Amino acid sequence: MSTTPVIRAEGLRKTYGEQLAVADVSLEVERGQILGVLGPNGAGKSTTVRMLTTMTRPDAGAAWVAGHDVIADPQSVRRVIGVTGQDATLDELLTGRQNLELVGTLSDMSRRDGRARAAVLLDEFELAFAADRMVKTYSGGMRRRLDLAASMMAHPPVLFLDEPTTGLDPTSRLRMWDVIRTLVADGTTVLLTTQYLDEADTLADTISVIDHGLVIADGTARELKASIGGEHLEVTLEQPDERAAEAFAPLASGVVQVMDGGRRLRAPVVPRQGLVTAVVRALDDAGFAVDDIEMHHPSLDDVFFALTGHAAEEPVGEASDDELVEV
Amino acid sequence: MAATTVTPRSHRTSTWWRHVAALTRRNLVHVRREPAQLSDATVQPVLFTVLFVYIFGAAMVIPNGTYKQFAIAGLVVFNITTSTMGTAVGVSSDLKSGVIDRFRTLPMARSSILAGRTFSDLLASILCATIVLITGFVIGWRPDNGIPGVVAGLAIAVLFAYAMSWLMACVGLSVSDPESAQGIGLLVLFPIAFVSSAMVPTQGLPGWMQPIAEWNPVSAVAGALRELFGNPNPAALRDNFPSQNPVLMAILWSLAIMAVCIPIARARLKARTVD
Repeated sequence: MSTTPVIRAEGLRKTYGEQLAVADVSLEVERGQILGVLGPNGAGKSTTVRMLTTMTRPDAGAAWVAGHDVIADPQSVRRVIGVTGQDATLDELLTGRQNLELVGTLSDMSRRDGRARAAVLLDEFELAFAADRMVKTYSGGMRRRLDLAASMMAHPPVLFLDEPTTGLDPTSRLRMWDVIRTLVADGTTVLLTTQYLDEADTLADTISVIDHGLVIADGTARELKASIGGEHLEVTLEQPDERAAEAFAPLASGVVQVMDGGRRLRAPVVPRQGLVTAVVRALDDAGFAVDDIEMHHPSLDDVFFALTGHAAEEPVGEASDDELVEV
Repeated sequence: MAATTVTPRSHRTSTWWRHVAALTRRNLVHVRREPAQLSDATVQPVLFTVLFVYIFGAAMVIPNGTYKQFAIAGLVVFNITTSTMGTAVGVSSDLKSGVIDRFRTLPMARSSILAGRTFSDLLASILCATIVLITGFVIGWRPDNGIPGVVAGLAIAVLFAYAMSWLMACVGLSVSDPESAQGIGLLVLFPIAFVSSAMVPTQGLPGWMQPIAEWNPVSAVAGALRELFGNPNPAALRDNFPSQNPVLMAILWSLAIMAVCIPIARARLKARTVD
């Protein structure tokens, strides 16, 4: 087998009327890897997934899933993908089991295989107790799990998960993470969108940061963090005094940022033994009393902020993905 | 890597039918969960049959027969026509619900969604027509041509209902939500159902309305059923082609409606599911 990516997109673009949903998205996911597509509401994540999963036709660009062209050969793509959208795509009036068996039949599984697979998945997703209840009676977390189970009915080698944990309580969220990890351990390739940085950080092998329909950065979480600089030391003084920066500067590895009118100082540092003590002593010697000192490890939040100038979890203001998706 | 396999046509056809069967079954499960969905095909026929026969029947004079004998064939057509509203509402609910997005990512033919819907509604039409006939029988209606006539009439009625289902599918695929489907569906169905010989002989209608009623497919089906049931058919006294050839017209109308509406419905579904 060659090492061509399982999911590949080149210059995908989509507009809905006047609204530019996706400007230019290119990405690649290798076999058995998780790509985290990270971005705020309305960044174009869902539209990207819809293009890759044959639900929406791109205006420009091209994409292949497991070697099949999503535009020219959507049926072949549909045979190898499982999709879990932001909104549960379940039949409310069918039971959990009936939902899964229907998906099995429509995916051309034999009735026996469909039944067996549904039973296994209901067990695996801890839904066996509610298997024969109408989905209408399910909680949000149960729906998400059933939806994910439905995407996995036909053992698809490629899974698209569009914000799989949005709206879930913390426990359900952790459980969903476990499920996703197990999947990838079995060799499934996953593209996951999320607006939660910790989720991308925890699950994804590589991350594409997307904003206003553009990929603004990609790489591993480590690479992204490194790209905005390493550790920072943040010092809070008892009395604001901008001159304290001069005392801090010799120990910093870059420019000392003065914040809160001189109450807080922040600078990149090279971590080493005794650094914090040295900084406190230097400031103290110069006559500045230190109230608090904190080592700051960069998070994806910092990355996102550095790249976009706004926080990841705050909507960009214009139409959200939900409003763009015409059903 | 999954290679693209060329599937023989016969296999694809059997797969298609399997999908249609699964989707039909799904719609029937819906009906079992929410029996009220089916009231158009169960409660309404009983109600309308009894109301029309006893209320209109009190005032209506039918040449060569009683209103009861005249009305049952018309009530079959009237009720199955209005019950095809279910298709518009069903299709539109499917489009609005999340489940359509699931279907869109599965390797299935879109056409099976509409086929499954119209098949389950076909079963509802058969039920509806049967209920009208049973109600009619209970209150004293009698077919003079025996069982074969009744079965032939039922077949014509159900063929027409199936065709109307496709028209209603087009309605359901052209509106934004099930409520609109219901509203627009009524606007389409009521004139078709009423401006016809279904409930009254067309002889009593205003002059300008008579040709419209006589060429109305509902009149053709009503006339066909009256002929086949051996019930009084005042339209037979009218000297125009559709009134004189109701069975032929009923079949032609049904085929024509399907010939027009099936391609439109499929195109509409495609337009609604690719964006």
